[in-house]
Amino acid sequence: MTDTKTSLPRADSTDTGPARRQGTGLLRVFSMREFPVTLALIILVLFTWLSNPRFLSSQGLKDLLLNATIMMILAAGQALIISTKSVDLSAGSALGLTAFLTGTLFATFEGIPIVVVFVAGIALGAALGAFNGLLVTTAKVPALVITLGTLYVFRGLNNWWAGGTQYFAGDRPKAFGNLSVTTVLGVPIITIIALVVIVFVTMFQRYTRSGRDLYAIGSDPAAAVVYGIPVGRRVFMAFLANGALVGLAGVLYASRFNSVGATTGTGLELQVVAAAVVGGVAIVGGVGTAAGAAIGAMLLTTITGSLTTIGVDKFWQQAVVGVLILASILIDRLATLRRASQLRKATQ
Amino acid sequence: MTATRALPLAPGGQLTDGIRRILSSRSALMTYLLVVLIIGASLLVNNFAQPRTATFLLLDVVATLLMAMPMTLVMINGDIDLSVASVAGLSSAVLGVLYSGGTPFWAAVLICLGLGLVCGLFNGVMTAYVGLPALAVTIGTLALFRGLALVVIGDNAVANFPEAASDYATGTFGNSGIPLVMAPVAIVIIIFAVVLHMTPFGRGLFALGHSMEAARFVGVGTKVSRLYSLVASGFIASLAGVFWTLRYSSARSDNAIGLELVVIAAVVLGGVSVFGGKGSIWGSVCGVLIIGVVNYALRLNRIPEVVLVTITGLLLIISVVAPSLVASWSDWRHRRRRSRNRGSVTTTAGATSA
Repeated sequence: MTDTKTSLPRADSTDTGPARRQGTGLLRVFSMREFPVTLALIILVLFTWLSNPRFLSSQGLKDLLLNATIMMILAAGQALIISTKSVDLSAGSALGLTAFLTGTLFATFEGIPIVVVFVAGIALGAALGAFNGLLVTTAKVPALVITLGTLYVFRGLNNWWAGGTQYFAGDRPKAFGNLSVTTVLGVPIITIIALVVIVFVTMFQRYTRSGRDLYAIGSDPAAAVVYGIPVGRRVFMAFLANGALVGLAGVLYASRFNSVGATTGTGLELQVVAAAVVGGVAIVGGVGTAAGAAIGAMLLTTITGSLTTIGVDKFWQQAVVGVLILASILIDRLATLRRASQLRKATQ
Repeated sequence: MTATRALPLAPGGQLTDGIRRILSSRSALMTYLLVVLIIGASLLVNNFAQPRTATFLLLDVVATLLMAMPMTLVMINGDIDLSVASVAGLSSAVLGVLYSGGTPFWAAVLICLGLGLVCGLFNGVMTAYVGLPALAVTIGTLALFRGLALVVIGDNAVANFPEAASDYATGTFGNSGIPLVMAPVAIVIIIFAVVLHMTPFGRGLFALGHSMEAARFVGVGTKVSRLYSLVASGFIASLAGVFWTLRYSSARSDNAIGLELVVIAAVVLGGVSVFGGKGSIWGSVCGVLIIGVVNYALRLNRIPEVVLVTITGLLLIISVVAPSLVASWSDWRHRRRRSRNRGSVTTTAGATSA
C-alpha cells in the first residue's frame, strides 16, 4: 500500500475527474477545466497576431511550436503525477541526463540508428521514473521529498558523467537535427511526436481503467484503497510513465537545442509544475488532463514570445508569467466554489 | 543544549523515560550526526579544523539558515513557501536600486524588510484566507517576485555598498573565526525556537499541522497562524536577501536563485514532515549545518563542487527512507517471531518499533 497522502491537503476540490457529464453542448465546453487556459491562449495569440501579423507567419508559428514542444511533453507527464496527489520535482534533472545520453550515444557510436537512441533515452527516463516511483510507493514518503532528493541526485550524476563535456548539434546526424527543422503542414516533426503522445496520454487518463484509477487515488487515497484500487501499483506506473515521457522530452531536447551538457534542464522543475497548474491540473490532485497541462505549457512558453512581439519590456515577462499562474489558480478556486454552491442548491 | 526544546512536553513524572525519549528523538539523532560529521571532518580532512572553516562555512549557510527558521513553522502548518529565494532576490534588487538612487542605506534596508512583509502577507492571505494551496500560490509568487526583481533592476548590478555594512557582513569576532552576523542570526534562531516550542501560538501550529479541523475546534486561530508564519517567511527571506547583497557586495536580480529547494531539503533533513505537524527549530538548524559541513569538507577534499549536490540529495532521501525501512524491518521481525510462537499467547505488544 502507498501513502500518497496529499502534498498539501488544503483546498477542497469538490469535482471528480474530467468527465462531468451534466450540461450539454456549449455549456459543457465552457465548464471544461481546460476552457479558461485555452481561451487565454487563443486571445493571446490573436491579440499578438493583430498587433504584428508576422507572429503567425510560417516561421513564427514554427518557432512558437518548437519553443513549446519540450515543455508540453513534460507537463503532460506531470499531469499524470499531480492528478494522483504527488509531484515530480526531478523532471528537469532527469531530462538533463537523457539529453546527455542522447548526445553521448550519437558521439560515441557513429551511425547508430535514431530509433535506437529514442528507445535508449525513453528507457533511461523510465528507469529514473521507476526509481522515484519505487521510493515513493515502498518507503511511504511524500513524492515532494523523494523527488526533491532525486532532483539533486540525478543532477549530480549528470555533472559527474558529463564533467565539462558538451555535445553540440554537429556531433549528431543531420537527420536527427532535422526532426526540429522539417515541418509537415507547418508543424515541426518533434511537435507532431509530442502531440501524438499527449493525445495518447489524455485518452489513457480518460478511457482506461487504470487511468481513471489515478483520479480516484488523487481525490482520496484512503477511499481508493478501500475501493480495492492497487494504489501502490498505479502510482508506480504513473511515475514510470512520467519518466518515459521525460526521457522522450530529453531526446527531443537534444534534437531541438544545439548543446547538451552537465546543466541541461536545470531549473525546469517548477516551470513544469506551473504549466500543469495553469492548464487546470489542481495541485491537490484528482482533476486535470495531460492535454490541459500541455496547453498550459504552450501558454507559458508563448507568452514570452508574444510579449516581445507586442513590444513589452523583456524584464516584465517573468512577472507576467507569475501573475498568470496566480490568476489561473484563483479562477480555478472561484469556479470550484461556484460549482460547490450550485451543487448544494441542487440537492436542497 | 536544545534537544530539550524538541520535546518540551515529555511526560513529567517518568523522568528517565522522558530523557530516553529526548535522547532518541529525531533532533537528537541529527545532533549526533552533526557532531560525528564535524569530528570526522576535523580528523580526516586537511585544513578543516581551523578558524577559517567556521568563517566560510557559516557565511555560506547564513541565508539558508535564516530562511529555514520560518520555513520550519510554515511546513509544520502543512504549508510550504517556494517563494523565499525570489523574495530574497527582490529585496536585493530593491536595495541596490534604492541605494544607488541616493536613498540612505539604512532607510533602503528598512524598505526592503517592509517589502518582504508585504510579499509574505500576499502569500499568507492567498493561502490562509482565499484558501488556495500554498504550493500553487508560492510557485506563482516564485515567478512573480523574481519577475519584479528583474523589472526593478534589469540586468544591472549594484555594488559599492557602505563599507561598514559590507565589513559587518563578512567580518569575524576577533580571531575566533565566528562571523559577526552569527550574533543576529542566533537571535533570530532563539526567537523562532521560543515562539515555536514555548508559546501557545507555536504549539497550535503543531496541532494545526496534524489536523486543521481539530485545531480549530480547540480554539487555534488556524487562519491567523498560517498567515503569521508565511508573513514571517517573507520578512526573514528579505533579511536574507539584504545579507546576501552585502556578503557578495552585489545587488542583482538573480541573487539566491534556486535557494528555495536547498532550504526545503535542509528543513526536511532536519525532521520536518511535509505533511505538517512534525519538526523542530533545532532539527532544522542541524539539517542546514549538516549539509553545510558535508559540502565544505568535501570541497576541501577537492571533490568537484558539481558532484556535491548528489550528496545533498542522497542525505535527504536516506533521512526519509531509513526510518520507514527500519520500521518495516522491525515489523517484519516482529511478525516472524509471532508466527514462530504461534500457539503461545502473543503478548509481545511491547516489542513494537519506535
